[in-house]
Amino acid sequence: MAAALTAAQAGLIGCEHCGLLVRAASADEPGHCPRCGSPLESRRRQSIERTWALVIAAAICYIPANLLPVLGTTTLGSTEYDTIMGGVVFLYTSGSWPLALIVLIASVMVPLGKLIALGYLLISVQRRSSSSNRERTRLYRMVEFIGRWSMLDVFVDTFTVALVQLSPLMAVSPGPGVMFFAAVVVLTMIAATTFDPRLIWDAGGEPESRIG
Amino acid sequence: MQTLACPDCDLLQSVPDLPPGGKASCARCGHALATGTAGPIGRPLALTIAALFLLIIANIDPLMDLSAVGRHASTTIIGGAYQMWLEGQQATAVVVGFCAVVAPAGYILFMLVVLLGAGRTPVPRWVGEMLRWADRMRPWSMVEVMMLGILVALIKIADLAKVEPGIGMAAVGVLMLLIPAIEVNFDPHAIWHRVTWVEPKSSPPIADDSAPGTSS
Ligand SMILES: [Zn+2]
Repeated sequence: MAAALTAAQAGLIGCEHCGLLVRAASADEPGHCPRCGSPLESRRRQSIERTWALVIAAAICYIPANLLPVLGTTTLGSTEYDTIMGGVVFLYTSGSWPLALIVLIASVMVPLGKLIALGYLLISVQRRSSSSNRERTRLYRMVEFIGRWSMLDVFVDTFTVALVQLSPLMAVSPGPGVMFFAAVVVLTMIAATTFDPRLIWDAGGEPESRIG
Repeated sequence: MQTLACPDCDLLQSVPDLPPGGKASCARCGHALATGTAGPIGRPLALTIAALFLLIIANIDPLMDLSAVGRHASTTIIGGAYQMWLEGQQATAVVVGFCAVVAPAGYILFMLVVLLGAGRTPVPRWVGEMLRWADRMRPWSMVEVMMLGILVALIKIADLAKVEPGIGMAAVGVLMLLIPAIEVNFDPHAIWHRVTWVEPKSSPPIADDSAPGTSS
């Protein structure tokens, strides 16, 4: 292979679905993949705008997700409400600190980390940064990979609610925070798919370190 | 030998034919570009059929049972989503139902159809379409996250009442291992190489992979 050349520079498009390398009919209307029929896109359409919109929407939902209660426990007429952090504290004080740590990481740190990481990736692409491309691509892959684990608390709340229905003795009901929390997870997962990691490399090359 | 564009950084590069278990990474960004053909279709097919059975068990049997002062309660996966719906959390119920039931079931069923259809020569075009659907379902199938969620819920509730894990929970635990096992033993590129093209008349684009239908 000649010196590093991207598909876009060569007028080619790698099909996102089946991997076939196709010559683009024209830059504006690349058409469909002849093998699998997927629409061809050299870069995901309006990647930056869409990803920003999703990240901002998720950041807005992140606030009520943490401030509003996710669970309400009613015992003999009195109801106690718990936020996500409250649930972490409950797990910690009830003696299972490893689980408290898992829930803290999955529910508080991962969503926040994803929002910060996507924001950083978007800004660095908009500034046409050409440094640490490899590290930024790795960061993107991490965002893509760990995103699903933030759904943990939604599952915990669901099964707690479903099981503890012993009214009037004790009943657990979901709070409005769960919905916002689920929204954060779904929005950031979609944001990870609208962001196009190839944009990281479009600003310019880094000397290839390990070309074989 | 075939020429590919890295999906993560768009760099064009030649990837040699890999031995089984071999792996080629992008020279620039490190993305895994290709893996050696994982072997015959029988193994992922057997795993997928096993996953289908476990999916059914996981959805029918209770995940866990609770008993307190002479009263009993239990829940299934769908029962959990339904209770959320009843409590006024319809949006959450839909998300839970999709990630815990619809997406895993969709992934397993689409994969089953793909693997059954892949044995035919030539591989029909709809196999490719089904493979695309399996790919779409996969990120939303959260069996492993649900398993951890069930465990955390179990430990939380154990403080308040006596809880016992049910058969459904064991099935979720096995299913959690089977889905990645299907992925490891399945090479989508091997299917794409043999599938009937949507536009058979168009001239083969460029420097395409080796002639279709030669080696497996
Ligand atoms: Zn394609």
